[in-house]
Amino acid sequence: MTAASANSLRRAPLLAAYSLLVFAFLYLPIVVLILYSFNQGGVGGFPPRQFTLHWYQQLFADGSIWDSVLNSLLVALGAVALSLTLGLLAALALDRASFPGKSLFRRLVLLPLVLPGIITGLSLLMFVDRLGIRLSLLTVFLGHGTALISVATTELFAGLQKMDRAQEEASLDLGATPWQTFWRITLPHLSLSLIASALLIFTLSMDEIAVTFFLLGRENTLPLEIWARLRRGITPEINAISTLIFLVSVILILIWYRIRTRTIGQEATELLERP
Amino acid sequence: MYSRLYKALISVPPLLWVGLFLLLPYALMFAHSFWLVRDGVIVHQWNFQNYAKLSQNPVYAEVLFRTARIAASVTVLSLLLGYPLAYYMSFHASLRKDLLYQLVIVPLWVSYLVRGYAWKTILGSDGVLNGFLQYLHITKEPVSFFLYSPFAVILTLTHIYTPFVFLPLYASLEHIPRNLIEASHDLGAGPRSTFFRVVVPLSIPGLLAGATFAFVLTLGDFLGPMLVGGPSSIMIANIVQSLFGTAYDWPLGAAIAVCILLLTIALLFLAEHLEKCWAFR
Amino acid sequence: MTAASSTPPLPHPPNQALLEVRNIAKSFGAREVLKNISLEIASGEFLTLLGESGSGKTTLLRLIAGFAQPTSGEIWMSSSRFDTLPPYQRRVNTVFQHYALFPHLTVADNVAYGLRVTHAPASEIPTRVQAALQMVKMQEYSSVRPSRLSGGQQQRVALARALVNRPQLLLLDEPLSALDANLRKQMQGELKSLQRELGITFLFVTHDQEEAMALSDRIALLKDGHLEQVASPREIYSHPATSYTAQFIGQTNLLRADVNNGVAISGPLRWPTIAPDGPMLFSLRPESIQLASSSTSILNAVRFRARIHQQIFSGSVEQLEIDHSGQLLRVRIPARGPLTGEHEFAFNPADAILVRD
Repeated sequence: MTAASANSLRRAPLLAAYSLLVFAFLYLPIVVLILYSFNQGGVGGFPPRQFTLHWYQQLFADGSIWDSVLNSLLVALGAVALSLTLGLLAALALDRASFPGKSLFRRLVLLPLVLPGIITGLSLLMFVDRLGIRLSLLTVFLGHGTALISVATTELFAGLQKMDRAQEEASLDLGATPWQTFWRITLPHLSLSLIASALLIFTLSMDEIAVTFFLLGRENTLPLEIWARLRRGITPEINAISTLIFLVSVILILIWYRIRTRTIGQEATELLERP
Repeated sequence: MYSRLYKALISVPPLLWVGLFLLLPYALMFAHSFWLVRDGVIVHQWNFQNYAKLSQNPVYAEVLFRTARIAASVTVLSLLLGYPLAYYMSFHASLRKDLLYQLVIVPLWVSYLVRGYAWKTILGSDGVLNGFLQYLHITKEPVSFFLYSPFAVILTLTHIYTPFVFLPLYASLEHIPRNLIEASHDLGAGPRSTFFRVVVPLSIPGLLAGATFAFVLTLGDFLGPMLVGGPSSIMIANIVQSLFGTAYDWPLGAAIAVCILLLTIALLFLAEHLEKCWAFR
Repeated sequence: MTAASSTPPLPHPPNQALLEVRNIAKSFGAREVLKNISLEIASGEFLTLLGESGSGKTTLLRLIAGFAQPTSGEIWMSSSRFDTLPPYQRRVNTVFQHYALFPHLTVADNVAYGLRVTHAPASEIPTRVQAALQMVKMQEYSSVRPSRLSGGQQQRVALARALVNRPQLLLLDEPLSALDANLRKQMQGELKSLQRELGITFLFVTHDQEEAMALSDRIALLKDGHLEQVASPREIYSHPATSYTAQFIGQTNLLRADVNNGVAISGPLRWPTIAPDGPMLFSLRPESIQLASSSTSILNAVRFRARIHQQIFSGSVEQLEIDHSGQLLRVRIPARGPLTGEHEFAFNPADAILVRD
């Protein structure tokens, strides 16, 4: 047995091949989707024969799609604002305050993250119905905001835990009020976590279907608009818009990842440098 | 260090929101399950009829079991795909680990709809898969069971939930101190022995978290069957959805939803309890 | 440097060499961590690898354990090639710096691990585990999980887990560095007597020179991937080979001197020496310099006057810094109360040891 094979803990060809297959499984459908958005002959069949930008042209001329994009943007921005504010407060409360029912509170805040969307959607539907509120983008906004608080809370709580408490104490020691300390010390420390949360909430809200399904009024969000068209029939135009959604999501997620790893980058570098 | 006012300011708004938009709606859903529909109108007459209907009519139990079976299949398949991938990335992929990780999380956050739609176009009779098979002359006619079948639902949901299963599993594996692997080798255990004696036991919390996630979310999924499922793959959430739609019977729908909610909470508690037993920190 | 083909085994010294490290070099990418190390470890000895962080001592240990491969060179154990074996086939066990106890196993299962994976007879295992735990005085904790143990207790279990397998060589990677001072001294004593009792060869890594001096039969001092000196503690203290050794182990005054016809001249100080002519470097330990008034018995004493510049009281000794016409020297004398002004000092010229740079 040579020295090289004794170190074969690094190489594992079968495992590597299997991993490659898993990656292929994860990406193949998306690749096919993108490919066929340029196909003259429709979404099916094999192989794709004629390259065309016709579907994208059709897409860009499609007014109701862009209306729904606007609706989605409105809801998403609103959801970001609401979730971040409440999520920040919830994270602070979990980090610093103790009150009766705190663990119940913690579970409730995190529940929409693990519950199927239908439960959150239905319960809110019954709620707004009892209050006599008409279904509209407002109700969709309420649904997204409620469902996505958990995302903000989790990220911001993690950010708070990593913060050096002594910095706030130093600030108070030097004469700043708690309010000043919050704005000058705490919030800047959380800036990366806030941006990361905002990106994630935005992306999730733009893609949200399950909760939106039950709270939708007359105006569609983008996913629900696509959903409605699917009922009418499949065209490569849907491939085209799906491709665009995919691309935008990828960019946003990669930015989110970079930001996130920057906050933990410090720790990671220290770990790597240990002899 | 923090004044009472400060603590009140930070806890009251989220508490209010959670109470108003989570607790209250759940309570309302609970209440609805005890009401009735008569002549197309919801009547607030307290009764157990809905629950009686659920327990007596075998259809509901059947669909629930079918849903559970699909959820179990999806979970198991996701684990079979996700665990080796996570293990490979954590222990063998030293250089490109970061890039690979990004490649895995991207599908996770990209729209459910996009992915479900993609499978729809692939699996149909006129779809890409059939076209591909016919092109290679492997089949002469389109295979119909690819789409609108339990197969399609399981395939699509596995595709969607494999990254969900991967994430906590990978985190768990990354947390295993590498000196434990060295210690195991030092004491005479080869790579395979080390895997089963050290790596697997210590990865169980992540495994449980991922599996619970996948199972619970699949249990309440209604989009998958609507996109790629057929009459034989209707899941429990589809029944609920139609009761809130065309088959207007909110109380009955609420009753089923309550059952799903309770089942979910029970599973989450079970998973949490098991995770505590297996957390050795 | 390409991998050397098998070199013939060195002739066996009277005390059988257990492990031979031959011309080992190790680089991580462009960084050369070990440069041409050759060392023999005798059977039954307590050898310490001493050095600062970055000296390569831990890397060398890991090469012997099998967690890394040498870039070039060979390791032989008892006349058979060693470095080509994977760690799970080497009759060597390691006590890790942070214990590396398996958190999901009890203390007893941890200790039994090595026996189980190498398929030792099942009937033997419980007794051997108990014996090992008794050796480290942890037999009461056999069904406890490691997370409930203190650092010192975990250290003992780690020791038992390694020793129960009766390895030919035990590797210890700075095992005491995470313990507080008192516990550390106690464990040092226990380790030493354990090693004497069992007769197992110990290879110990530390950066603490006092620890090395207290425990070892021999010390191998590493600097920047080179072996500075390999000798017993007494030898390495009284006859350091280099200035680095003289300064790293204990304290010293390093005197640059010009030797002319048997006389060394270092600034205002001069003393007779047998060193060859030319510019030389000498090491003179602070305790070698005494107050002339209390040192009437020094042989051929060299005397000089100097002013007290600084005095630090350390319980049993005074640590003085004296000013000899501009030349600052460190002196260590038994405690005798505050001193001021000029005094006469003396030292035995034979205590000025010639060292390499």
